[in-house]
Amino acid sequence: MPKPEILDPQGKAVTGALQRLGFRGMQVRQGKRFEIEVEGEVTPEVLAQIGQAAEKLLANTVIEAFEVEADGAGQHAAAVEG
Amino acid sequence: MARVGVVTFPGSLDDHDALRAVRLSGAEAVPLWHGSDSVQGVDAIILPGGFSYGDYLRCGAISALSPVMGTVIDAANKGMPVLGICNGFQILCEAKLLEGAMIRNAGQQFICRDERLRVETRDTVWSCGFSKGEEITIVLKNGEGNYQASPETLRRLEGNDQVVFRYLDNPNGSANDIAGITNERGNVVGLMPHPEHCVEELTGPSLDGRRFFESVLGFLSSRV
Repeated sequence: MPKPEILDPQGKAVTGALQRLGFRGMQVRQGKRFEIEVEGEVTPEVLAQIGQAAEKLLANTVIEAFEVEADGAGQHAAAVEG
Repeated sequence: MARVGVVTFPGSLDDHDALRAVRLSGAEAVPLWHGSDSVQGVDAIILPGGFSYGDYLRCGAISALSPVMGTVIDAANKGMPVLGICNGFQILCEAKLLEGAMIRNAGQQFICRDERLRVETRDTVWSCGFSKGEEITIVLKNGEGNYQASPETLRRLEGNDQVVFRYLDNPNGSANDIAGITNERGNVVGLMPHPEHCVEELTGPSLDGRRFFESVLGFLSSRV
């Protein structure tokens, strides 16, 4: 996700479109989601590795914050939301 | 004769304009390729504009990891003059040679227009031919040119005189009206506007772009 202090022009445009559709009181911020399949189980070590991948490439921490989580849908997948 | 390299990435658009601008300035223009780790012994390197890797992931993020960039980063850290124009500026930020990052323009629009800039410092190898405070016209064309950095970084850039060019009429929401910055050493410069499009009367609104290339050639000849 864009960091809270960073302007999110896409989110702002989407917020405006929702208001035009009649949805009130919704402030949108738009980010990205990466789904990562790994070999074997999603251990804490694997999650830590994915965190490093997010830090190095998937997110630009100057402007984006990210979270890493194991996906409930399968044992072999993890998601990064940036 | 000084040799100035221009890197072509998959999706570069303005590499040939940059090569032409180098030739017009009187230097030898050397095409460089993203997939090679050789920069062929050039004296200075330009990362041109365009949409390398289709702007996938983030603008410049994937190019920053290409084989040529390992060599560019090493050379830049040893003092080689490096200029990043538009997508090249984004690549320099992603490669951490310059601080900050670009996000989408505040108005969501792709902006293509002549832009008035003020030269804030001549203490870089790419701006030493200007006068401090001089106002110039350079064309701008991008969708993600909104420069952002943390408040501490902005304070440091301002305090160290690392803001090189500032918009007179901020087109995209860039922090502190920043159009271009340099590293601490002054050998790496990135800016969103396109000096290589402002080198001929027939096709540009000014000839102010020529002076970027004259600056670096002046620097190189004084060093030799």
